[in-house]
Amino acid sequence: MKIFVCIKQVPDTETKIKISPDQTGIDTAGIKWVMNPYDEYAVEEAIKLRDANAGSQVWVLSVGPKARVVESLRTALAMGSDEAIVINGEGLDNFATAKALAEVIKAEGGAKVIFTGKLAIDDNASSVSQMMAEFLNVPHTTVVSKFAFTPENVTVERDIEGGAKEVVQMMTPAVVAANKGLNMPRYASLPGIMKAKKKTIKEIEFASLNIPATDIKVKYSGMTLPAEKPAVKMLSGDSSAQASELVKLLRDEAKVL
Amino acid sequence: MGKVLVFTEQANGKLKRSSMELLQAAAKSGNTVVAVSFGSHAGDVTTAIGNNGANEVHVVKDAGLDAYNPESYAANLVGIINKVQPSIILASASSTGKDLFPRVAARLNTGVASDCVQLTISGDNVTAVKPMYSGKAFATVNFENSPIKIVLMRANQLPVEAADTSKTATVTEHAAATVDLKTLIKEIVKGTSEKLDLTEANVIVSGGRGLKEAANFKILNDLADVLGATVGASRAVVDAGWVGHGMQVGQTGKTVAPSLYIAVGISGAIQHLAGMSGSKVIVAINNDANAPIFQKATYGIVGDALEIVPKLTEEFKKALHH
Repeated sequence: MKIFVCIKQVPDTETKIKISPDQTGIDTAGIKWVMNPYDEYAVEEAIKLRDANAGSQVWVLSVGPKARVVESLRTALAMGSDEAIVINGEGLDNFATAKALAEVIKAEGGAKVIFTGKLAIDDNASSVSQMMAEFLNVPHTTVVSKFAFTPENVTVERDIEGGAKEVVQMMTPAVVAANKGLNMPRYASLPGIMKAKKKTIKEIEFASLNIPATDIKVKYSGMTLPAEKPAVKMLSGDSSAQASELVKLLRDEAKVL
Repeated sequence: MGKVLVFTEQANGKLKRSSMELLQAAAKSGNTVVAVSFGSHAGDVTTAIGNNGANEVHVVKDAGLDAYNPESYAANLVGIINKVQPSIILASASSTGKDLFPRVAARLNTGVASDCVQLTISGDNVTAVKPMYSGKAFATVNFENSPIKIVLMRANQLPVEAADTSKTATVTEHAAATVDLKTLIKEIVKGTSEKLDLTEANVIVSGGRGLKEAANFKILNDLADVLGATVGASRAVVDAGWVGHGMQVGQTGKTVAPSLYIAVGISGAIQHLAGMSGSKVIVAINNDANAPIFQKATYGIVGDALEIVPKLTEEFKKALHH
């Protein structure tokens, strides 16, 4: 069976964000790009599922500027994915991205299970996997921390508020968006890295997918950095004095009690 | 003026605060406010929905909608949206809102702005501000090619005034839509905590490596009990297995925005600072005076968390019970 994983390349979590002059994005100079951390759980789960089901293949798919996005695809190949496709496109929103992913998955003959991360840590939107599921007309579950498979259906655990969990059963094909806790993503091995370097990554131009410009639904502007915080007020004295001083300040000055 | 549709949520038969925020913001915009409520207890909150500013409320009192299912919720909601024809939809960026509305948006061929912290409604137009990079930056979301503009607001971002009991909403009941479900909710496993989720909490007490061992989270729980706070954690202690990952605050955990955030024994990695930077007042307690957490804090205490936290708990007890 075919298993798809959709990944996104994002700035490393260590990145100090600087805003671009037109305020529609960030200054990308000097940024280290990595696979979105939640997508690593998606790749790992796909590989485990493949290994447990003989004759299966993991296809990894990403949308973005081809020149850099291929690096994250190579990481997924080095972890053990079988095939990789890049959809070369820029300036797309979640709606157009989801449509492009769905179109390519359909064109490649569909998949039994499609994994994604629960959100990308750049725009924090958590919407591509649900939209893609809708365009593919298949069920989805997001924020998944446990996964089990039979050929007819998948059973997953979804993390909801207050530490509660839902046990959800979906008919396949299905979209599963991974949360932290699902597994421990493997590191790429040296032979894996060598093998990944030699693989051909299939390239598809976004423009060739005939997705209309009106499928871009949201645009960002006026991007700013958070307001600077005033300097910290350090408390003094022994621990008892500090404790009573803090409670007084929270009540009388900050007025949060 | 057009219509603003507000998707409401309830907890234990009571309208959630996040839904009151949305209803009141919609009412202030001068548009007609149409609310939606699902489940066998949908009728329990219609009075509260009216008191908070809705003109109409559409309810589907079906036990099949008691537990959230993306397919049945999407089908029922899209049915009502097609009847009501709103120009704006507001919902909470809760686990239900974030899961459901991208699917609804795809069905309606429209855009969605998720996890927003500011909202401006002007006639049929809406703009929203949302955190990017887990709070390292903020962006304005502008809708294009969107017949209906869907905004998912994070909890505790909009003011809530006292409800006006003289205001009422007309109630319209709908039969549940028939849906061929491919998704089945088999079971809901209750969480260990009855406290508000980190993303909704008004007060958060968070612990890191400075607590030295997992058992010492007890002093944080004691402090949280006195404050009515939710307990969070740094990535380091989640990865060490001291607490579950649902408690992690940061760029690969939850982004939070409480009124008060007390960081105990957390040095403040850039990813953690990003996740908590939306907090109004930040207290940092750490034995290293040079820890980066102090650069973001409002009040700082240098010292041993194990000694200070129990004393703080006693002080809060005195202050809050007098």
